[in-house]
Amino acid sequence: MKRDEVLHNLKAAYARLWVRIKGGNREPEWLAAEVVMPVITLSAYIFLYKMVNAPSEYAGFVIIGGTMMAFWSNVLWNMSAQFYWEKEIGNLEVYLVAPISRMAILLGMALGGFVNTALRASAVFIAGILIFQVPMVLHEPLTAFLIFFLTIGALYALGMMFASLFMLYGREAWHTANLLQEPIQFLSGTYFPTTSQVVPQLVQLLSSLIPLTFGLDGIRRVAILGQGITDVWLHIIALAIFILVLLPLARLALRYMENLGKKEGRLTLRWQ
Amino acid sequence: MSHIVETCDIVRVFKGHDKPVKALDKVSIYIDEGEIFGLLGPNGAGKTTLIKILTTLLLPTKGEAYVGGFSVSKEAHKVRQMISLVSGGETPGYGILSASENLWFFSQLYGLSSSSAKARIKQLMTDLEFDEYAKTRMSKLSTGYKQRLNLARGLLNNPKVLFLDEPTLGLDVLTSKKLRAYIVDWAKREKEGTVLLTTHYMAEADEMCDRVAIIDRGRILACDSPLRLKQKLEDNFIMKVEVSSVQADFSFVDDMKGVIGYSQTRSIQTDTTSFKVMLTEEKIFSKIMLKLKEQNLKILSANEVEPTLEDVYISLVGRGFEEGEKTTHET
Ligand SMILES: Nc1ncnc2c1ncn2[C@@H]1O[C@H](COP(=O)(O)OP(=O)(O)OP(=O)(O)O)[C@@H](O)[C@H]1O
Ligand SMILES: [Mg+2]
Repeated sequence: MKRDEVLHNLKAAYARLWVRIKGGNREPEWLAAEVVMPVITLSAYIFLYKMVNAPSEYAGFVIIGGTMMAFWSNVLWNMSAQFYWEKEIGNLEVYLVAPISRMAILLGMALGGFVNTALRASAVFIAGILIFQVPMVLHEPLTAFLIFFLTIGALYALGMMFASLFMLYGREAWHTANLLQEPIQFLSGTYFPTTSQVVPQLVQLLSSLIPLTFGLDGIRRVAILGQGITDVWLHIIALAIFILVLLPLARLALRYMENLGKKEGRLTLRWQ
Repeated sequence: MSHIVETCDIVRVFKGHDKPVKALDKVSIYIDEGEIFGLLGPNGAGKTTLIKILTTLLLPTKGEAYVGGFSVSKEAHKVRQMISLVSGGETPGYGILSASENLWFFSQLYGLSSSSAKARIKQLMTDLEFDEYAKTRMSKLSTGYKQRLNLARGLLNNPKVLFLDEPTLGLDVLTSKKLRAYIVDWAKREKEGTVLLTTHYMAEADEMCDRVAIIDRGRILACDSPLRLKQKLEDNFIMKVEVSSVQADFSFVDDMKGVIGYSQTRSIQTDTTSFKVMLTEEKIFSKIMLKLKEQNLKILSANEVEPTLEDVYISLVGRGFEEGEKTTHET
């Protein structure tokens, strides 16, 4: 009985993932724009750093930052507002009436979003490395992968939590997402390392609340500066804790919001 | 036998803009297995609210409801395994996916195996006559075909109870007819297929439903088979008058004794007003005719008509459906 239920939910998650991938790549002209735009942004930063004679690793930092930013944007723009958007087009009602765990839908959304973004992000990454001839010093590819996937896990877990929280809060969700994009780009040091001297300690502290910061710093250390697992084990633990805390929080938020919605009659109310 | 759907004194209050809105006021109904049950009422009557409570999307403020013997508020998961919901005017799904891809996706929410899902989808698309659009993107489908897709989705899991919220809303006559026939056919074919549908189309309720509950401002005013509801009006006279001028004023009947209720439909195109009035005695009608002549209105036709479900509503509320809707639109 229990096993059937797990299987059933996995099927639902897979179906949601399939929709995401199928829908997300049906119109390839978007794909081009989604790769070209970030590459242009990256170039701007790299030229800037070249002009001020920054150390050569900075180009690598920027490229990794830009690549990871693609995932963060996906989490903010697609994941967070997803349930709200699904509510607007009438899908949320269908999900909620179906005998499935809502986490399965969220999981499918997250995995689908990750796969779609990974396609674009790897294109950006490869283009960046080739165009700017960035020197990479990668001794421990496994460690790099581990940190990368932990970062992704933490980011999407955060996205799942946002999706639940934003389910009932329509337009405010968009504003919040909007508000978060810029500061996080700054705080997490997308385009420059937060550990550098220029960033005040308070900002460093704040930025460590975001899993992206640890992920970025960890990957940069391993992929560009040639460090190993002994240097980044704290990053790994921090990211794992993020996942372990955020996933149950997402589940809790989802339950809470669904119940609140059922009580207040806002689950399927539009344009609020 | 216990009922497949049962509500006990359901009250639902919403936070309104200035004061709370009582959308449902002690609603108690039951539906037996295999029945097609209609909830008929004007805009804002509380139809959708009741459907949302029964489909576990909304909690009752007071009272309890059961589907298949399970409490909708405490055993929602059990309820969800045996129901589905189709809301007319909504088109859930993903515009960028084709009709059949959308159906496949929804089938997976019910854990259908790949092969049985495919067979079921093919069957439903053939039955509802949109198999030629199987590969068309949903966003490119016309309203009628979107609604067929929506209904097909609701039938994917072969629900024990199918909830339909205004299933033919905004559809052309032909498509409405087809969908109605198919729903009736489904319920009868499955024998145990139970349907709860809401509508504000009288004919739809009359034509499809075994029993109808008339709901107005959150209250069930009557509940019976369409035939018996109409039979209760046998002692009354229902007269229909058509007069020239769209501005004809019938408000004088408000104070007349023996007038149970009336409704009017105005047509700007033909500059006429059609007036239906329900009376306790036939002779009151001549008084009305006199008053109309005083207004210098040309009477185009006047005759007694058979009662419809709308007349049942008029007899209960004193006004027609349309009038009720107008006042709710204004507020
Ligand atoms: N989520 C909500 N929040 C606040 N008020 C609500 C909500 N849902 C419904 N109402 C109010 O409750 C009343 C009943 O609404 P409901 O949607 O159930 O009517 P209905 O019979 O389905 O009408 P319609 O024919 O227009 O669909 C209305 O006055 C409506 O404004
Ligand atoms: Mg409604």
